[in-house]
Amino acid sequence: MDISIDFDKCCGAGQCVLAAPEVFDQRDEDGVVVLLDDNPPAGQTENVVQAAAACPAAVIQVRV
Amino acid sequence: MSAAPAAPSRIAVVGASAAGLSVVEGLRREGYTGSLTLIGEEAHLPYDRPPLSKQLLSGTWDTDRLRLRGKDDIAALGLELRLGSPAVALDTRTREITVADGSLVGYDALVVATGTRARRLPGTESVRGVHVLRTLEDAVALREGLATRPRLVVVGGGFVGAEAAAVACGLGCEVTLVTDTAQPMGDALGDELGALLRTVHHEHGVRIDSGVLVDEVLTDGGRASGVRLADGRTLAADAVLVGIGARPNTEWLTGSGVPVGNGVECDATLYAGSGVWAAGDVACWLNARTGEPWRIEHRTNAAEQGLAVARNILAGPERATPFDPVPYVWSDQYDLKIQIYGRTRGADEVRVVEGSTAGRKLVALYGRNGRTCAAVGINMARALRGYRAQVAAAAPLLTGSAA
Ligand SMILES: Cc1cc2nc3c(=O)[nH]c(=O)nc-3n(C[C@H](O)[C@H](O)[C@H](O)COP(=O)(O)OP(=O)(O)OC[C@H]3O[C@@H](n4cnc5c(N)ncnc54)[C@H](O)[C@@H]3O)c2cc1C
Ligand code: SF4
Repeated sequence: MDISIDFDKCCGAGQCVLAAPEVFDQRDEDGVVVLLDDNPPAGQTENVVQAAAACPAAVIQVRV
Repeated sequence: MSAAPAAPSRIAVVGASAAGLSVVEGLRREGYTGSLTLIGEEAHLPYDRPPLSKQLLSGTWDTDRLRLRGKDDIAALGLELRLGSPAVALDTRTREITVADGSLVGYDALVVATGTRARRLPGTESVRGVHVLRTLEDAVALREGLATRPRLVVVGGGFVGAEAAAVACGLGCEVTLVTDTAQPMGDALGDELGALLRTVHHEHGVRIDSGVLVDEVLTDGGRASGVRLADGRTLAADAVLVGIGARPNTEWLTGSGVPVGNGVECDATLYAGSGVWAAGDVACWLNARTGEPWRIEHRTNAAEQGLAVARNILAGPERATPFDPVPYVWSDQYDLKIQIYGRTRGADEVRVVEGSTAGRKLVALYGRNGRTCAAVGINMARALRGYRAQVAAAAPLLTGSAA
């Protein structure tokens, strides 16, 4: 799985963390996304795809 | 066990913005291979509105950055894409949409995702120097209008008004914000946090007139020259931004039999009957938990509802499941990041549980009848998320010090 993130566009909504808490986290203050694992195991695919779909700013791109 | 109902073979989505995009992407992701038509009034590919009053207005982003998906991603969805022409009528018996160019689009299932449009002050439509902020064109026009550093009066202290005021004063304009609430964003934040926001706006040089309505925009030779307040005072201005809320785009459904009130009236699963579903700002649905009709104008809601409608269409009305979100919205003003989970409206108690108003970094819980109805964070994004579960569960707001 290949995840790319446009950090500048992130609005800190945290939807990605709700969908895939093992892969994404947020910075304390502004909530900008932090990628915890840039090549997560296959078991996380569904969650990561869900995170990308739920992200309101279209910040996360996933290629499976 | 009865067989699942046959999936519709033709799905049409009207409204090519956040919610509409989320529906069509959701359908393809769930494996829908039938025909899919996306009809949009705007000529643009789907773009994101929240940056209009933030990065676009301030000039940090150009218009290209607003695009939600690239051309290739849209092409990969295999849509019949009809942009630049609104749907003007609907016949739910023949299941046909009439588009402004006169053509008909047939469907088995239809999603209404036509959003809302900015409310205007009566009689100001053609007055130069009067702006609203809803579309890309609106934002570009306002940005151009602000380039001459006008005296700007912002009418309305909600999200759009407060954000635009912050940006405009950053651009060197002389800004007065007029709001009928007691505090800026008072509807969303209540008095205590609203007061904090007022202080921050003041420090940046924005004047705030609160608790007063604007009666009319004054003009001089077809140009805005100021506003008259309900208390009789007048404020001079070279430009006026009207940010007094939005109206659901439902006129095209007149006579179709689709129930319309404050938006498209849906059941708990976002179904409005006779093959019609709704998603996004335009959808008013029955909240299964509270029994109240909810219509939410938040960006994340548009995405979540779109995905929910996609799933429910494929499941069929009989097997559709209720849409039951924890609402989430954010606002950026100066160096404040404000985030809200749940619904603050109707709260009878506000308790700061982390940080402080003095430090301008806090989490506050909002309670209604002793139960948590919302959590608001200022510059504490990560900590705030921890309170979402409490809002979701409407957990008791305990008395005594929570800090
Ligand atoms: C300036 C601004 C700032 C915002 N900031 C935030 C924020 O910080 N955080 C947040 O959560 N939310 C914010 N929002 C709200 C958020 O943008 C909306 O909730 C979201 O855009 C709703 O998406 P939607 O697809 O339901 O509706 P819309 O985005 O309104 O899209 C509806 C689309 O349908 C089209 N349409 C209308 N009628 C027809 C028709 N008859 N036929 C075909 N097409 C039609 C419209 O042209 C439009 O393109 C902001 C909104 C604005 C305007
Ligand atoms: S959901 Fe998107 S915008 Fe929100 S924190 Fe995650 S990446 Fe950023």
